[in-house]
Amino acid sequence: MRDVAIIGVGMTKWGELWRKSLRTIFTESALLALEDAGVDHFDSLFVGCMSSGLFVGQEHLASLLADSLGRTPVPAARVESACASGGLALRQGVIEVASGASDIVLVGGVEKMTDVTGCEATFALGTAADQEYEGYHGLTFPGLYAMMAVAHMHRYGTTREQLAMVAVKNHDNGSRNPLAQFPFKVTVDGVLNSVLVADPLRILDCSPITDGAAAVVLCPSEMARKMKKPVVRITGTGQATDTIALSSRRDLTWLESTHLAAQKALAMAGRKIRDIDLFEVHDCFTIAEIMVTEALGLVEKGRGGQAVEEGLTARGGRFPVNPSGGLKAKGHPVGATGVAQAVEVVKQLRGEAGERQVKGAKRGLTQNMGGTGGSSVVHVLEAD
Amino acid sequence: MAGIIGYGAYIPRNRIRVEEIAKVWGADAPSFKKGLMLEEKSVPSPDQDTITMAVEGSKRALKRAGIDAREIGAVYIGSESHPYAVKPSGTVLAEAIGATPAVHTADLEFACKAGTEGMFIALNLVRSGAVKYALAVGADTSQGAPGDALEYSAAAGAAAFLFGAERLVAEVLETYSYTTDMPDFWRREYMYYPRHGGRFTGDEAYFAHVTGSARAIMAKAGLKPADFRYVVFHQPNGKFPFRAGEMLGFSKPQIEPGWLVSKLGNTYSGSSPLGLTATLDIAKAGDLILLVSYGSGAGSDSFVIRVTERIDEVRDLAPRTRTLLDTNKVYLEYGAYAKYRRKIRKAE
Repeated sequence: MRDVAIIGVGMTKWGELWRKSLRTIFTESALLALEDAGVDHFDSLFVGCMSSGLFVGQEHLASLLADSLGRTPVPAARVESACASGGLALRQGVIEVASGASDIVLVGGVEKMTDVTGCEATFALGTAADQEYEGYHGLTFPGLYAMMAVAHMHRYGTTREQLAMVAVKNHDNGSRNPLAQFPFKVTVDGVLNSVLVADPLRILDCSPITDGAAAVVLCPSEMARKMKKPVVRITGTGQATDTIALSSRRDLTWLESTHLAAQKALAMAGRKIRDIDLFEVHDCFTIAEIMVTEALGLVEKGRGGQAVEEGLTARGGRFPVNPSGGLKAKGHPVGATGVAQAVEVVKQLRGEAGERQVKGAKRGLTQNMGGTGGSSVVHVLEAD
Repeated sequence: MAGIIGYGAYIPRNRIRVEEIAKVWGADAPSFKKGLMLEEKSVPSPDQDTITMAVEGSKRALKRAGIDAREIGAVYIGSESHPYAVKPSGTVLAEAIGATPAVHTADLEFACKAGTEGMFIALNLVRSGAVKYALAVGADTSQGAPGDALEYSAAAGAAAFLFGAERLVAEVLETYSYTTDMPDFWRREYMYYPRHGGRFTGDEAYFAHVTGSARAIMAKAGLKPADFRYVVFHQPNGKFPFRAGEMLGFSKPQIEPGWLVSKLGNTYSGSSPLGLTATLDIAKAGDLILLVSYGSGAGSDSFVIRVTERIDEVRDLAPRTRTLLDTNKVYLEYGAYAKYRRKIRKAE
C-alpha cells in the first residue's frame, strides 16, 4: 500500500446559507482545496453526504458534483454512513490512493440542511437511527443521546454541569474560528438555562442544523514531497460498525465502534493514543464528546465528564479536543463533518490555525460517528 | 397635498397570555417572553371577524374625519383572513358604513402588509383626483397553527385610515415600496394554517425588506433617522422592530409609542397600521413619522408622514389605541380560546 498525504484543504463559512445551493457550497470548498493543493486535475472524486435526497431532493450526487466542477468523466462515488459519511468518504479516498487506483483524489463532504423545516430535518436525521426498532417508536436523536446521558450520569456520576462544560469549551474554541456557524462563547449558566430539548439535554448541548461543505485533496506522499507543499500524511485509518439500535447495545455508556476504529487506526499508524497532540471528535451532543474521549482511551471509562471539568481536553490541556469548535460551535452539516475534521487537523499541523492553534501540534486524530455510534471512522494524521 | 384626514383603531377585548398557551403545549414560556418579547395577545370573539373589526375601526376613522361616508369614492380592505374565499369583504364594509353604491372597493391580500397596500392605493387615488375621499383598512384575525411559534403572536385587530386632500390630520410626504419574490411564509388554498420558513423569515425576509424600504424612502426624501420624531415598523414579535430600528439608527424612544406587540400580538395586516394610530394619538403638529410595513412574500411599504395641527382637534373624537389595548380586558383560558378561534371541530 502506498503512503497517502493530504496536500490541499478547503472550507468556506458554515451556517444557514439560504442564498447558496448544495452544488454551490460544495464547489466553493472543492475549488479552495484544489487551489490549496496547486493541482489542475484529479483522478477521482468521493463525496460524503448523508441525505441530499431528503434535504434537497437530489440523489445521483457524485456525478452532479463532478459535473459542477467541470471534471466529468472522472470516476465519482457518493459515500453514505449517516453522520460519518464524510469520514468514510475520506477513508475511501485514502484506500483509493493507497491501492494505486488513483493518484490525485478529491474528497468532499456536503450537506444542505436548511432548505427544509425543522420537522423535516429532524425526520431526515432520524433515518440514521433504526427505523423499525427506534424511529417508529418516536425516538429522535436528541432523545437517544439523552438516554445515553442519563445512563452515564447514573452509572458514573457525570454531572449536568460537566455536560455544559463541553459546550462552553467548544464554543470558546469556536469563537476563534472564523468559519464556525456560532463563533461566540457560552457560559455554564447559559447552557443550563437554555431551552430544554430532551431531558437532560438542552439546546446548547446540541449541535446545530447547518449548511456546509469541506474538501481535501489526497495523493501519494512521495508525489506530495516532490510538489514542495506542506505535507500531512494520513498514517492510520480505521472503521468499525455497531448495532445502530441503541437498545441492542450491551452498554449504553460505551461507544464500541469508536473504540475499535481508533485501535485500528492507531495500530496502522504505529502510535499510542498518548502520542497524539490534538483531537477533532464527533460532539453532536455534549454527552457524545464525553463518551468519545473515553472510547478513544484519553481517559478511563466514566471519567470523561471529570476530564472536561479538569481542563484535560481544553485547547491548552494535555489532550486538546475540538480546537475547531467541534460540531457544537462550528456546525454540523452531517456529510461534511468528517471531512471538515481532517481540514482542521491539517490546518493545525501546518500551524495555520490562527488564534486557536494548538502549539507544536505534530499529530492529530479525527473521529467521526454515525447515529449513536452505529458506525465510526478514525484517522491519524501526522506532519511530515 | 394629500394625506390622512381621519383614523380609527379596533382591538377585541379578549386576551390570552403566553403562559396559558405554553402550558398547553409543554413549551417554555420564558423563552417566548424574553426571546420574542411577547406577553399576551388579543383574541377575536366568536362573532368577530376581519369585516366586523374593519367596520368598527372605520366608524372611528369617520368620526375623526367628520365627513359624510357617501363622499367616500373608494374602500380597500387588506387582510389575510377575509371571511370568504369568494365574496368580497369590502362590499360589506362599504355597506355598513354607508358608502354604497357610488364606491369602488377591493379586497387586498399581501400577508402582513395588505393594510399599507390599501393605504398606498387610497392615497394615490386621492392624489390623482380620481376620488375625493378613500378609505383603507388593515384588519386580521390572524392564523397560527396550534403549537406553532406563530400561535403565541397571531392576534386580531384593525386600523382604518381615511385619505383626503383637505383638512389633513397628517400629510403623506413620500412613499416607497420594496418588493421581491421571497418564500418566507405562505398558505395555499384549502390549507387551514400558514407555513413559515423559521429563521429564514428574519434576516433574508423581514430585515432585508424593512431596512431596504426604510433606507430607500429616507434617501428619496432626503431625511435621516434623527429627523423623525417617531418610527413604526411591522411588529411580528417584540424583538424585530427594535432590531430593525437599531440597524437603521433609530432610538427606542422613537419606536416605543407605536410598539404594541408585547400586549397585542401580531395583528398581521393591522400591525404597523395600529402602531401608526397609537403614534398619532400622542403626536404633535409638525412631528415626522416614518411608517414601515412588512408583508411576507415579500414587500415593505414606507410612508413619510407629517402631523398637522388638526391632530389636537380629532384625537379624542374616538378611543385612543392604548386605551383599547390596556383597558376592559378579558383573559381567556386555552379552552375558550380554542373555541373562539374555531380550533375545535364540532358536529356538522
